[in-house]
Amino acid sequence: MKTKNRPGVSSRHKATLGALPKAATGIAGLDEITGGGLPRHRPTLVCGGPGCGKTMLATEFLVRGATQFREPGVFVSFEETATDLSQNVASMGFDLNALVARKLLVLDEVRVSRSEIHETGEYDLEGLFLRLGHAIDSVGAKRIVLDTIEALFGGFSNTAVLRAELRRLFDWLKERKVTAVITGERGDGQLTRQGLEEYVSDCVMLLDHRVANQLTIRRLRIVKYRGSTHGTDEYPFLIGETGISVLPITSLGMSHGASNEKISSGIPQLDAALGGGGFFRASTILVSGSAGTGKSTFAGHFVAAAGDRGEHALYVALEQSPDEFVRNMRLIGVPLRQLVKNGALRFHALRPTAHGLELHLTTIHQLVEKLRPRVVVVDAITSFLGMGISAEVTSMVVRLIDFLKSRQITLYMTSLNEDGQTVDRAGANISSVVDTWLSLRNVERNGARARTLSIVKGRGLAHSSVTQEFSITSKGVALKTPSSQAST
Amino acid sequence: MKKASGKSRERSKPIEKYDLCLYVAGNTQRSATALANLKRICAEHLDGQYRIKVVDLVKNPGLARSDQILAIPTLVRRLPSPIRKIIGDLSDTERVLVGLDFRHRA
Repeated sequence: MKTKNRPGVSSRHKATLGALPKAATGIAGLDEITGGGLPRHRPTLVCGGPGCGKTMLATEFLVRGATQFREPGVFVSFEETATDLSQNVASMGFDLNALVARKLLVLDEVRVSRSEIHETGEYDLEGLFLRLGHAIDSVGAKRIVLDTIEALFGGFSNTAVLRAELRRLFDWLKERKVTAVITGERGDGQLTRQGLEEYVSDCVMLLDHRVANQLTIRRLRIVKYRGSTHGTDEYPFLIGETGISVLPITSLGMSHGASNEKISSGIPQLDAALGGGGFFRASTILVSGSAGTGKSTFAGHFVAAAGDRGEHALYVALEQSPDEFVRNMRLIGVPLRQLVKNGALRFHALRPTAHGLELHLTTIHQLVEKLRPRVVVVDAITSFLGMGISAEVTSMVVRLIDFLKSRQITLYMTSLNEDGQTVDRAGANISSVVDTWLSLRNVERNGARARTLSIVKGRGLAHSSVTQEFSITSKGVALKTPSSQAST
Repeated sequence: MKKASGKSRERSKPIEKYDLCLYVAGNTQRSATALANLKRICAEHLDGQYRIKVVDLVKNPGLARSDQILAIPTLVRRLPSPIRKIIGDLSDTERVLVGLDFRHRA
């Protein structure tokens, strides 16, 4: 039975039905949006402008194939020398020469130069076929990259022969049962200069990089994937120290299991106001308020409680330095130093403007993979707002939430409102994806300033609807219970 | 070697001024045509001062890589230097002569 296709959801199940055999790329995130990888024993076209990352992606496909999936590969370079290629990918930690020495990879450098070739009658490209066949046989290759075969058009003037031979080549690759990645440079009005998309009908990927707000954002889109559902969005990707990471919006869609477990906010009266026990595990919590309302203090209680439970926490500090934060929490009776010392609480401090949005997202991904925290705090999520169009920020936050939920990690975000704002800025954008939303306010009363807390939203929680006053004491946040409030 | 050439002359063996290598792939009609054309052109224009070697890449596929061969047939003039490559079945005699730079000699 076919249900509504959500990108990245049903494809996973389909792949297991064996509709189309796939070859996993091993590239972070790419196998998730393709539902398992590239079409096995078929050519995939990867195209994009100069510097978009085609060669990197193609190389990683081979390196991961050789090292993770026991599938040796052949890299046929029509443009770069083997030495240049090895050097370029060394920055991603790939040692091509070592793979060549271990007979897991063949690097073949095809030199095409029209100036040294004269055409004197009929010919075909059988020499290229024999050459590829020999390279494939020499290591038992299961994968091949042709980067970029369009260079042939610069070497041979008879395009009719060339096109016929390309068609034959792609059929031959299928017969040889190798999974191929063909790269192509983006052309005017078509995906590649020579219209390679005409020959590669199974899977076409488009890479792109743009500069917005002086930040480079790389994106990947699957234009076509015959016989398979796939994500149709543009996915941001990064070329980092460990290779390419594609950031799928979500790898699990809405299918993550809901937890019944509750975890404490670190403030007993708040746990009570939330209906007892605190927040749900793996839920998303937003604490909004204007400057000086105590958002970070609430977050400090939350990570302290995680420490008490023996859980690891990651605190992404975008507004104040970790040292200041630890000191400030100590002054109000919430000790965090020991947690930092024994590694249970890790800070990741950065200036929001230092990197692109996508890089922040990836950095958080990587930290989560490395540190395996059970709770993540982002203080403050609104720091990202200055960095891009709000739709982009929202989409980044949504991806972060989905990613953490899929790992059963609880996300605690703070959001800064400007004074006097009636609608919370971040809240208005992302409230629909937030499970629990606490709003903190400063109110003037009888010439004194008082702080209030209201629970705007609490999915599945029998929470209080009363706006409660609280104060920040030498023993941390103290909520006045509704009854004690009424008596004053 | 040059001194030895005197001996060659005594045995009336020509100096191999042109070292030519024809790359083919199996016994195809096109390969046969190319070889026939090559022999004819050399006989007509090179006055016996040449040597032709035929390499079948089906038998020696590794040579396609080391000699940078893509198209079949490919004729490589190894000597005199610089190396020159021409592709096709050599049916266009004029282009063969230009491509191999035989003309200046004639």
